[in-house]
Amino acid sequence: MTNYIGLIPAIPLLSFLIIALLGKFIPRKGVAILGVGSVTLSSLITIVTGVNFISSHPDGGAWISTFYTWINAGGFSADISFRLDSLSLIFCFVITFVGTLIHLYSIEFMKDDEGFARFFAYMNLFVSSMLILVLADNLLLLYFGWEGVGLCSYLLIGFWYKDPANGAAARKAFIVTRIGDTSMIIGLFLLFVSFGTLNIESVMQQAPVKWSPGAPLAVISAILLLGGALGKSAQLPLQTWLPDAMAGPSPVSALIHAATMVTAGVYLIARMNVLFTLAPAVQTAIAVIGAATLLIAGFSALTQHDLKRVLAYSTISQIGYMFLALGVGAWSAAIFHFMIHAFFKALLFLGAGSIILLLHEEHDMFKMGGLRKKLPVIFITFLIGGASLSALPLITAGFYSKDQILWLSWSSGMGSKWLWLAGITGAFITSLYTFRMIFLTFFGELKIQPKHKPGLLMTIPLIILASLSLVGGFIELPDNLGPIRLFSKLLTPLLPAITLSNETTPEWMFQIISAIISVGGIYLAYIFFYKKSAFSVSFGKSRLSYFFYKGWEFDRLYDILFVRPIVWLSEINKKDFIDKIYTCIATATGFFNMLLTKTQNGKLRWYVTVLTAGIIVLLTIMLIL
Amino acid sequence: MAGGVIAWITGKRSSLFSRYISLAALFIDFIIVVFIYFRNGINLDKTWLIEYNTNWIPRFGINLHLAMDGLSLLLLLLTFFIGIIAVLISWKEIQTNTGFFHFNILWILSGITGVFLSMDLFLFYFFWEVMLIPMYFLIGIWGHENRIYASYKFFIFTQASGLLMFLAILGLYLVHGNNTGTYTFDYQQLLVTPMGSAMEMLLMCGFLAAFLVKLPVVPFHSWLPDAHSEAPTAGSLILASLMLKTGAYGLLRFVVPIFPNAAASFAPVGMALGVIGILYGAKLAFSQTDLKRLVAYTSVNHMGFIVLGVFAFNELAYQGVVMQIIVHGISTGALFIIAGQLYERMHTRDLNKMGGLWEHIPVMGGIGLIFVMASLGLPGLGNFIAEFLTLSGVFKSSILFACLASVGLVAGTIYSLRIMQKVFYGRQNSEHKMKDLSIRESIALGSMVIVIIYLGIFPQAVIRTAKPSIMKILNIKEQSFDSKTRKVDYELFNSVIEKEVSKAEK
Repeated sequence: MTNYIGLIPAIPLLSFLIIALLGKFIPRKGVAILGVGSVTLSSLITIVTGVNFISSHPDGGAWISTFYTWINAGGFSADISFRLDSLSLIFCFVITFVGTLIHLYSIEFMKDDEGFARFFAYMNLFVSSMLILVLADNLLLLYFGWEGVGLCSYLLIGFWYKDPANGAAARKAFIVTRIGDTSMIIGLFLLFVSFGTLNIESVMQQAPVKWSPGAPLAVISAILLLGGALGKSAQLPLQTWLPDAMAGPSPVSALIHAATMVTAGVYLIARMNVLFTLAPAVQTAIAVIGAATLLIAGFSALTQHDLKRVLAYSTISQIGYMFLALGVGAWSAAIFHFMIHAFFKALLFLGAGSIILLLHEEHDMFKMGGLRKKLPVIFITFLIGGASLSALPLITAGFYSKDQILWLSWSSGMGSKWLWLAGITGAFITSLYTFRMIFLTFFGELKIQPKHKPGLLMTIPLIILASLSLVGGFIELPDNLGPIRLFSKLLTPLLPAITLSNETTPEWMFQIISAIISVGGIYLAYIFFYKKSAFSVSFGKSRLSYFFYKGWEFDRLYDILFVRPIVWLSEINKKDFIDKIYTCIATATGFFNMLLTKTQNGKLRWYVTVLTAGIIVLLTIMLIL
Repeated sequence: MAGGVIAWITGKRSSLFSRYISLAALFIDFIIVVFIYFRNGINLDKTWLIEYNTNWIPRFGINLHLAMDGLSLLLLLLTFFIGIIAVLISWKEIQTNTGFFHFNILWILSGITGVFLSMDLFLFYFFWEVMLIPMYFLIGIWGHENRIYASYKFFIFTQASGLLMFLAILGLYLVHGNNTGTYTFDYQQLLVTPMGSAMEMLLMCGFLAAFLVKLPVVPFHSWLPDAHSEAPTAGSLILASLMLKTGAYGLLRFVVPIFPNAAASFAPVGMALGVIGILYGAKLAFSQTDLKRLVAYTSVNHMGFIVLGVFAFNELAYQGVVMQIIVHGISTGALFIIAGQLYERMHTRDLNKMGGLWEHIPVMGGIGLIFVMASLGLPGLGNFIAEFLTLSGVFKSSILFACLASVGLVAGTIYSLRIMQKVFYGRQNSEHKMKDLSIRESIALGSMVIVIIYLGIFPQAVIRTAKPSIMKILNIKEQSFDSKTRKVDYELFNSVIEKEVSKAEK
């Protein structure tokens, strides 16, 4: 059974190679079959493997399948080796399953694009790299996948390469995440030098033995790894690339920039949980970063005009919740929210993508409206996705996952009321911006006539994702609602259980508060953006709103702090001043050469004069000395 | 077998003036080396794989001593691989004086081959000079607009530094003779030359001058962008992929084992120079508008990793250095080829005049993408392995330099992506109707793609082959090295040390 693990990433990789090498000769249908078929096949294998895995309870909680020695030099050794345990299983499932739906959707979405084959090649490569990332059994292989998804993200953001703005967005994404990656690779060096290996399992076993909690090396390496996670997951202060990344096609935004790649940071922290537990200060920092990010991004989402940018900021904000959960030690709650978020955010992006496509590439929500009647399927699924995002109580999956995080951010041993307050404020803003988006897009008067109704290839993935966004939450219920804890039970041996603080307030109080907040947000959105109250109109014009709109001006700050100095640096000394030194030597030589040539003018009188002068000078010197 | 080695080098000098003959000659060489590789694949840990030693000028202790170990084997494979590609890509570019052109190419390659094989310092210097003059012709005759200036600059820089090395070689010869009574240029004997530390430092500086200029290391790099950008494609390719590597090879083969103590005290300076090279090269690469100059500065950047690794003195870093020598040869070489092919089609190297080329030449774009990614160190391609091994080795001896060099990774990303954006993405700036790669060009670039991916996924092939040589270099260094001054991982190669010690005593 274990040998099938390798097939999960290998199949999409193979399909990538075929499409990339022979794409010119394969008809579109063939490309579509290859592209979608490969991901479907690996999702089927994942499901079969997963069922086997859960039913067989392997020793040590993992199946390992090693292929060959990748590098073995000077005491360092890394294998190409995959490790399937419950954590990677959940990630694999989400990647392949959501990936399949998004690939299916893309067939219709991209059908008129000239880069059809290129698109599927990149998407397959992405799925494969992402699977390598989550299945990797050592950190170097993980880094391999990590950079691979970064590459695909770069390629797909800049997919429509003719527009220089897309290229700029793509480069921004790559460079900003690469800054995080560099911090991460230094972290890997540090771990390697400390433990002599990068195998995740042995690092995790050795770390608590060698390092006591709060040891400086543990803290430093946790910070360095966190740097990588912040870059990839677009958290403060490396969040600026994600809103611009929306330049890519919508299925890309759904798969890479919502469901999977941006949660790689969450995966990394959960995977290395032992290390982070050894550095409590860093863990608190994670919680604070998460809380700050979710608020900042939430406010920004509230003021955007572009439908996809709202969703982008919302993604940053939701990953902020996951970081908050990781920071308070609610490991399994973070992973649970990751999964549910993958469902509803992919759904929202796909829905938004269809709307934009059908409205002739119109991104501005204020120019949309009244689509409720015209596009009923998209409307209903989008509404479900939106409800799940704003955690509408009891019926949506988002409620169960987010409520768990909110409750634990208060009651966990590492939680605090400030974290909870940030979370609950964020929840309020979430439902406000979500329903602002829904009211603006689907209600009111019809402004642009959609081209046609979406086809089946588009609607079926939407419907499947919508139903998962509703029922997905029932596998993990709060204690007071039912005894179902399938999700955390699956993760129990792998991720440490949470320690609650002593003075626990009953959970139901928090549930009621979050329910009220969620519904209240929707109601306020109704007043502000459906009824169009005077306040919302005037606020929309205020300077504060513009500040939020520009993402709290982080871009401008970085522009002043980093981009301009670098550009300045490259402007000066373009010609390389060191070269000038050598040119000077050459010029000086030439100059003396010229001087000396002048003395040889062939005039006898001149030579005699100089000769005599020389003798006199020499004699004088000799006399004086 | 050893006679064959000689025969192929002398045979090439008189080789006829035609493309096919040079292609055939290089191909035969390549096959021979591959054959040696497979024949000796099992017992890689003896001192030399093959050796040829005969008197040349016995009066002065000069021998015709050629020998090959894992390190030189790898470099020879690279030399002939790149050589074949150089002939392939200049098939159409060079239309005047074709015979003399190929004569020069073969002459350079035999010089480089000789450098990698010589185990006699006099012979080494002889080959070092052999590769110089034809390169001067190559740039001066078939180069671009400003070729005369560039070829002079190249010649003066390398010649001046080469003379310093020659002085150092003579110095070493005399010191060895004075102290032991045998006057010889033989590498093995000179390895154990007893000398005072001031003398050691002085002589090492002579060697360093030649090697650091060749690499090049930052204050001595300024010949490189001119030479690269003015040379014909094959010239840039050989210059970047092979000639720079002779400097790296020299550091590994001569500087570290012959002058271990001086090298150790020079290490902080050397590593600093490496880091400066990495950052300064990246910075200048970013500000260039000439594609070939840009790629030339990326070489400065990548060579910084080599210098950094050489002065880290551990196996991990040395494996990284060897890997870097090979993958840089391929990836930067490929970028030069692409620049050359674009020049053939557009008659410009100006980045601002390019843009949006993906639409017309997607195959070249795809290959360009792979090598741009290689140059920024993407995992899965050989360069990542090299950078990872080098940096983790450096991390062991100096955390500060390793971190600074890692910053170079971000800088590398910035300039590499700029190539992609300016050339292949964005709006089209010109109305060129361009042909995509021809079959000949595809074969050349395609084989380079295969190699760079292969090395990224199966780097063990190189690591295993280079291991004995690296161990030997490190052991020789260890023997005459004061262990108190510096922490180096002894445990890792203790067992191998003993084996090597007994060998050296024999």
